[in-house]
Parts: sequence; structure tokens; C-alpha cells
Amino acid sequence: MDVVALSRLQFGLTAMYHFLFVPLTLGLSVLLAIMEGVYVTTGRPVWRDMVRFWGMLFGINFAMGVATGITMEFQFGTNWAYYAHYVGDIFGAPLAIEGLMAFFLEATFIGLFFFGWDRLSRVQHLLVTCLVALGTNLSALWILIANGWMQYPVGARFNLATMRMEVTDFSAVLLNPVAQAKFVHTVSAGYVTGAMFVMSISAWYLLRGRNRGLAVRSITVAASFGLAAALSVVVLGDESGYTVGQNQKMKIAAIEAMWRTEAAPASFTLIGLPDQATHVTHAAIRIPWVLGLIATRSLDGRVEGIEQLVSDATARIRSGMVAYAALLALRGTPHDAAAAAVFDAHVGDLGYALLLRRYTPNVTDATEAQIQAAAWDTVPPIAPLFWTFRIMVALGFYFIALFATVFWQASARRLERHRRLLRLMLWSLPLPWIAAELGWYVAEGGRQPWTIDGVLPTFLSASSVPATDVVLSLIGFVVFYSALAAVELYLMLRTIRRGPEGMALPPAASPAPIAALRPAE
Amino acid sequence: MPLYEIFRLLWWAILGVLLIGIAVMDGFDLGTAILLPLVGRSDTDRRILINTVGPVWEGNQVWLILGGGAIFAAFPPLYAVAFSGFYLAMLLLLCALILRPVGFKFRSKLPGARWRGAWDAALFVGGLVPALVFGVAFGNALQGVPFRFDAMLRMTWAGSLIGLFNPFALLCGLVSVAMIVMHGAAWLGCKTEGALRRRVRQAGAIAGAALIVLFIVGGIWATQIDFYLLGTFAGTAAPSNPLHKEVTRATGALLHNYGVVPWSMGAPLLALGGALVAVRLLRAGQRPGLAFAASSAAIAGVIATAGISLFPFMLPSSLDPASGLTLWDASSSLTTLIVMTIATGVFLPLILAYTAWVYHILRGPVTEDDIARDPHTAY
Ligand code: HDD
Ligand code: HEM
Ligand code: HEM
Repeated sequence: MDVVALSRLQFGLTAMYHFLFVPLTLGLSVLLAIMEGVYVTTGRPVWRDMVRFWGMLFGINFAMGVATGITMEFQFGTNWAYYAHYVGDIFGAPLAIEGLMAFFLEATFIGLFFFGWDRLSRVQHLLVTCLVALGTNLSALWILIANGWMQYPVGARFNLATMRMEVTDFSAVLLNPVAQAKFVHTVSAGYVTGAMFVMSISAWYLLRGRNRGLAVRSITVAASFGLAAALSVVVLGDESGYTVGQNQKMKIAAIEAMWRTEAAPASFTLIGLPDQATHVTHAAIRIPWVLGLIATRSLDGRVEGIEQLVSDATARIRSGMVAYAALLALRGTPHDAAAAAVFDAHVGDLGYALLLRRYTPNVTDATEAQIQAAAWDTVPPIAPLFWTFRIMVALGFYFIALFATVFWQASARRLERHRRLLRLMLWSLPLPWIAAELGWYVAEGGRQPWTIDGVLPTFLSASSVPATDVVLSLIGFVVFYSALAAVELYLMLRTIRRGPEGMALPPAASPAPIAALRPAE
Repeated sequence: MPLYEIFRLLWWAILGVLLIGIAVMDGFDLGTAILLPLVGRSDTDRRILINTVGPVWEGNQVWLILGGGAIFAAFPPLYAVAFSGFYLAMLLLLCALILRPVGFKFRSKLPGARWRGAWDAALFVGGLVPALVFGVAFGNALQGVPFRFDAMLRMTWAGSLIGLFNPFALLCGLVSVAMIVMHGAAWLGCKTEGALRRRVRQAGAIAGAALIVLFIVGGIWATQIDFYLLGTFAGTAAPSNPLHKEVTRATGALLHNYGVVPWSMGAPLLALGGALVAVRLLRAGQRPGLAFAASSAAIAGVIATAGISLFPFMLPSSLDPASGLTLWDASSSLTTLIVMTIATGVFLPLILAYTAWVYHILRGPVTEDDIARDPHTAY
């Protein structure tokens, strides 16, 4: 494998790994704030015990989230150096602001969350918990603004003098509709994950007939929160679908295996077997109109098919070649006004010309066959996208059904009689993670062959490092991360098995025996 | 002065402040981790040491993350060249940095001596390696590193991992380790008691003395090594493109700026003076707060010395000196610098305020009682 493939594999694996911990942090932090809110208003110690117990699991997970997040931040420089140079002017800012605004908040207050129980008043401690939750959610906002810009690069322009993209309108980057849709969808997915985690483990306690008080209350909170979150995931998943349909036509066509443009409104292929070589979807079950409605919110909007989009790409490649030729001319004679005018007219398609770099380093001498090949490169792998998307969506509907059922049974105080439902809750534990990882595959895999949609191809983004170095780091990550995963899983399971009793909490009433402290309870 | 020039200078300075922030804030918990096996004789000792940083290391580490993010945002080519050029060293650093969060969190979750011993070793490595690698990285920057750009500004690198660990760079690595250990000891001087505190103070005084000696040796050595002088270039407000300048190489050029602006000698003097005061106070066991402040001043002096010696370079190239990165040709666009300035201006004071509040709440030493009282929340 070459450096690009290795770097993609490494980045994909480490990002997926980071996102095992992220959604749980997002969801649990908010659930902890809710539970502690109940504690502060009712003053009943069982709610405090709940916060401390779930908080302990939160802490183990958080440490892994932090540890794996640092890797992500490094990799833009270590593995995607040309990317960092090419778009750092725009992309770096949200990452830095994320640090300033979000990471400091969550990381500074999480220490007090654990160590501050005896040193803070109840209300102060609640405030600390809320600030941690706020910090984690703000961090999701900023990283998704960065990621949203990769999907839909607004507010920036290529600068000839510096040979990179530079920001022209920072507010457009901030208010990017793709980033907003992504933020709400992803954060809701995190809430679903947190809710499922609390609910599944509580179900296990009930199946074992232990920790009733904690488990029943936890399930009630988790199911209601989870239901709201699952509804929001699905409704805002639809919003994601809509913004993708508006801005990344190739991605939506790939997800739907829409080989050819259909008369509006397009039908939705529920399931089928897409075949990328022959451009047909075998054994397709199709529902008329639905895709047109999702993607365009209208009955007459057209959803363009892959073949149509490839021919559009061909035109953009030709236009990009003109820009590239002008760029070369301007490098020789910077004040050539005619060349500058040509460049300005075609600069929007420069990224498409870069696709040709895979076939000819000079770009401007590309043959017709090379142009065609580059145009077909804009089609991402269809079948994996088609299937991952459908599994994510199916899981979304399943979550709504599950949370609704549990919520209803819990309200009717009949949970403990339904052992089958409890078992279903337990076994559903991994599903939100699966849905979220598949979602990222759809979002990132569907963007291929671009790192920045229409601007910078993935194969150009990588660093010029020896492939052996990347092999070494990849092996290192796999070994190191696997070991950490084993330790983390072991500690999680142990903490869960021992339950809240295992924490030996100091009795809720005893004041802290340290001098110079605020009154405790 | 053109606006662009002002903002570039401002961000060069902010970067310096952030680097000092990393070394002062994250430095004391790196130092504590290095001291862990050296001064912590019993498990209780070690738990006391770990719990002095337990509630704050996460916030401290964000200084490091922010440092990376700020370089990315304000000087993207520097981020790209340094991170990909030092590829394996960065991964080494990364592994060490990953060990820390999990080490702190996981160590005290199980009672076994082997479990805890293994995590103590992991924490020691997690403290030592970053301290060393940072110093080595600066040591390389002070000599120039082997890279060049092509016309599309794609960078190629001609160095190796072993090459990074050359003698002068190793000396800088040792300066950094000595500084971090001294600083960790200064922190622990405020947060521990009794015999443990005595051992910590001794270790800190030794590290501080080593820092003074190594720093002076480094200064003398610097007169003998080659560095770079910026010749004609596109201008302090020209678009960022590192290919439009002339650079010459000269022995002793690292000290050039101190001749041009004599008061910049203040930086190395601050380093030495701060270290001297810290050593004396640590040995005498007096005024722990002042010792910490002196140690912080020494850190600021050391980092400012490196920055001023490099100026206007940020990462010079030894392979093709004209490709070297200076603050005039490796920055973001003016718009981005302005946006980042606003964000920093709003959030940095807030961060300092709430960080101060948290330290205030957590004030006072960590004692054996604290550890015994709440065995499951404490690390
Ligand atoms: C939607 C949410 C989300 C996404 C897509 C990412 N992260 Fe993340 N990240 C978080 C949400 C988050 C978090 C919830 O804030 C974490 C996870 C667990 C945690 O402890 O904080 C975190 C931790 C975390 C940290 C440590 C922060 C600290 O010390 O507090 C860093 C440096 C990053 N992340 C960087 C990244 C980068 C460079 C990403 C892009 C590839 C990325 N994260 C994707
Ligand atoms: C944490 C959640 C994320 C997951 C699980 C994830 C997953 C992936 C995967 C699987 C790939 C490889 C795609 C392929 O090669 O087909 C990839 C690529 C990439 N992603 Fe993400 N991603 C995540 C978040 C982000 C974010 C937030 C950003 C930017 C802010 C980002 C930037 C990139 C970049 C630069 C690549 C380059 C490599 C490539 O395109 O192949 N990712 N990601
Ligand atoms: C009816 C249900 C759902 C629909 C219609 C839906 C739709 C989508 C779409 C269109 C994307 C791609 C966005 C892009 O490429 O930019 C996406 C991504 C994603 N999905 Fe879903 N989704 C659904 C359910 C879920 C569920 C249940 C989860 C997890 C619990 C989830 C987690 C994610 C994540 C983490 C991403 C990647 C981040 C992003 O791009 O927003 N989704 N989803």
C-alpha cells in the first residue's frame, strides 16, 4: 500500500476509535447534569449516588476520549501535511477555537466534578457538571464546523500568491448549513448512545434483581431522554439528507445507487444489490416518490443520477484544466492580466483539475481517456455506502420503537415483569455505536475521492513521509489501542459488576473532615 | 506598520505565551510524573503525588492541545512541516501523551502492586518523553532541519529519527527535562508535607542546578553552531509564501539578535535568575509559592531565549535555507489572524479566570488522610 492508502486507513481507524468514546461522553455528560438537577431539587440521596456511579463510568470513558482525541489533532499535521498547508488558513481556526472555548471548559471542570464533591455546595457542584456538559457539546459544535466545511467548503477562495485556500467570509464558515445539520444529528446520536448505555446496564441490574432503586430511576430518565434524542436523530437525519442532497449530489446519488437521473419525484430504493461495474441495482425494492421528497422537499425537484453527475464532472475537469494552465502561466509572469482573468473565471474548478494529477503530473496535457477516468473517480464506492446508510436508518427507527416501549412500560411501573424487554434492552447496548460508526462511514466515505469536496483530492492531501514510517505508526496504534481497549473494557465491566455499592461512597450525611473547606451537603 | 505585520508579530508573541503556558501548566504535572518513582517510596507517597495533579492535569493538557491548534490556525505551514517532518518523534510523543490520561485514571482502580507498578512506569515515561522530545525539537529548530518546498509548496523532508537526536539537540532535551523536573518539584513543594516534601525539594534543587549548568553550556555551544540570517525577502506584509527570500548561513548567527537588540539579553538572564532563586528557595524549604513563581519565570526565560534566538525564523531549513519558515512568510491570512485574535482575546481571560477559581477551590496540600478517606474517587 502507498502512503495515501496507509494514511487513510490509519486516520479512519483512529477516528472510528475516537468516536467510540465521544458519543458516550456527549450523552452521559448531559444525563449526569439532568440527574444531578433532580438531586439538587429533591435532595434525595439516591440521585446523588446515581450521579456518582454513572459519573465513575463517565470518567473512565472520558480519559479514553481525551487520549484518543490528541491523536486526531496530531494527524492533520503528521499524515495530512499538504492538506494542512492547503486549507489550514480556514480549517485550523475552528480547531483552535474548539480548544479555547470547549476543551478548556470540559477539562478544567471535570477535575472538580470528581474531586469537588466535598469542597463545593450542591448548587456549585451542579453548575460544574453543567459546564462539563456544555464543554463537550461545544467541542462537538466546533469540530463539526470544521468537518462541515470539508463537506461543503464555503467562504474561501484559492490564493495564487500563497498557493492555498484562504478564508474570504468567516461567518459563512461558521453558519455553514451542512455543519449545523451535522451538529444536531451527531450530538443527538451521542445522546441516544448515552441513554442506551444507562438503560442497558440498568436493565442488567434489574435482571439480576439488584440495585432496584438506582436502576428503575435511571431507566426512567434514560428512556425519556433517549426517546427525545432518537426522534431528533431521525428528524435531523432527514435534515442531513436534505442538506447533502443540496450540496453533495454525488454522495446522495451514491447512497441511493441512483445510476441515472429519473423523472421527478425520484423513487427510493429500499433495498437492493448495487453493482458498480454494470450500473444496475439488482433485486431492488423501490418506493415511488420518497427519495425526491427527502432530497428536494418537493415533487418536482430532480435528483441527479451518477452518470449525469459524472458528465458534469467531465465539464468541470476541462474548466479546471484551463485554470491550471493559467496558474502555470501566472507563475512565470505574475502580471499577465489576461491570464489572471482566465484564472479568475475558472478557479472554482481548479480542484477538479487536481484529480488529473493521479494520471499526469502536468495536468494540462491530459488525454481524453485520462479526463474520463478522473471523472469516474468522483464516484465513491456505491455498495458499502448503500448498505451502511440503510442499516443506520433502520437502527434509528428501531431506537424510537425501543425507547418508546420502555418509556411506556416504565411509566406504567411494569418494567420488572417484562424480562424479555429487559433482555432486549441489554442486548441493544452496542447498537448506537454501530449506527454512529456507520454514519461516519457514510459521511466520510461518501465524500471520497475528496478530502475537501471539489477542492482537494484525498490522494494529494497526504504528507511526503516514507511509507514504512506510516506502517510503523499504524502497527503501533493497533497494538497500543487494542491494549488500551482491553484495559478500559475490563475496568468498565468491573465497575459495572460491582455496582454503586462497590464505590464505598461516604455516607451522604457525613461532613468532610478536612479543614478550610466549604460546608459539604 | 502595516496591519498584517502587526498581527504576525502578535501571533508570534501569542505562540510564545502559549508555549510558556504549556511548559508552566502542563510542565508541573509532567515533572510530577517524572518524580513519581524517584521520590515516591510507598504506594501512599505515590498516590499523594498523583493526587496533587489529579484534579487539574486534564485542564493543563489542553494548553498543549491549544498550542497545537494555534500553530495550525496561525502558522499552517509550520504545523505541516514540523508535524510531518518529525513524524516518528511526534508519534513517540503521542504515545507518551496517551499513556498519561489513562495512567492517571486507571492506576488506582485496582489494588495489585504489579498493576500499580506498571502504571507508575507508564506515567514516568509519559512525563519524561514529552519533556525530552520538546527540548529535542527546539534543539533541532535551533540548527535548522532538512526540508524543502517545490513550486506547489509541497514539502519534502530528508531527515531521519536518529538524526534528530544529535548532540546539541540532546543537550536541549536535557535542558528541558531539568527544567520540567525542577518545576514539578516546585509544584510539589506547595502541595505535599513532611518527609515526602523534603525529598521533593532535594530533587528539585538538583534539577535546578543542572538546568543552570546545561543552559550555560548550551549558550556557549551556540556560538559555535551554524545558523541562518534573513537577506532580502518579499516583505513583512507580503502574502505567505516561503519561497521568495534569500537566506545566508553563518556560524554563531544564533546570537545575532542579542547584538541588535541588547535588552533581549533579558530572556536568558531571566532563565538563569529564575532558576537560581528557585534552587535557593527549594534548598531552604522556604516560600514554596515564590519558588513556583521563580521556576515559572525560569521557564519563560528559557522559551523566550529560544524564540528570540530563532527570530524571525520559526523553523529554518538546513537543506535549502531559502525554504525555511519565518513569521513573515508562514502565517495565515490577515483575516484568519484577526478572527483568531478576537477569539483568544475573549476566551483566554475567561479561561484564566475559571482556572484560577478551580485552583482556589482545590488549594492546600494533599495529605495521607485525603487519600485514605475517599479511596475510590481519589486517584
Ligand atoms: C461530535 C463530536 C466529536 C468529533 C467528531 C470529534 N471529537 Fe474529539 N472530542 C469530543 C468530541 C468530538 C469530546 C466529546 O469533546 C471529547 C471526547 C471525549 C472527551 O473526553 O472529549 C473529545 C476529545 C478530544 C480531544 C481531547 C480534548 C481534551 O483534552 O479535553 C482532542 C484533542 C480532540 N477530541 C480532537 C478531535 C479531532 C482533531 C477530531 C477530528 C477528527 C475529533 N476530535 C473528532
Ligand atoms: C470522529 C468521527 C469520525 C469518524 C468515525 C471518521 C471516519 C473517517 C473514515 C472512516 C475515513 C476514511 C474514509 C475513506 O478513506 O474512505 C475518514 C477520513 C477523513 N476524515 Fe474523518 N471521521 C470522523 C470525523 C472527522 C472530522 C470531525 C474531521 C475533520 C474535522 C475528519 C477529517 C477527515 C479527513 C481529513 C480524512 C482524510 C482521509 C480520507 O479522506 O480518506 N474526520 N474519516
Ligand atoms: C432515520 C434515521 C437516520 C437518517 C435518515 C440519517 C441520515 C444521515 C445522513 C444523510 C448522514 C450523512 C451526512 C453527511 O454525509 O454529511 C448521516 C450521518 C451520520 N449519522 Fe445518521 N441518520 C439516521 C440515523 C442515525 C442514528 C440512529 C445514528 C446513531 C445513533 C446516526 C449517526 C450518524 C452519525 C454519527 C453520522 C456522521 C456525522 C454526520 O455526518 O452528521 N444516524 N446520517
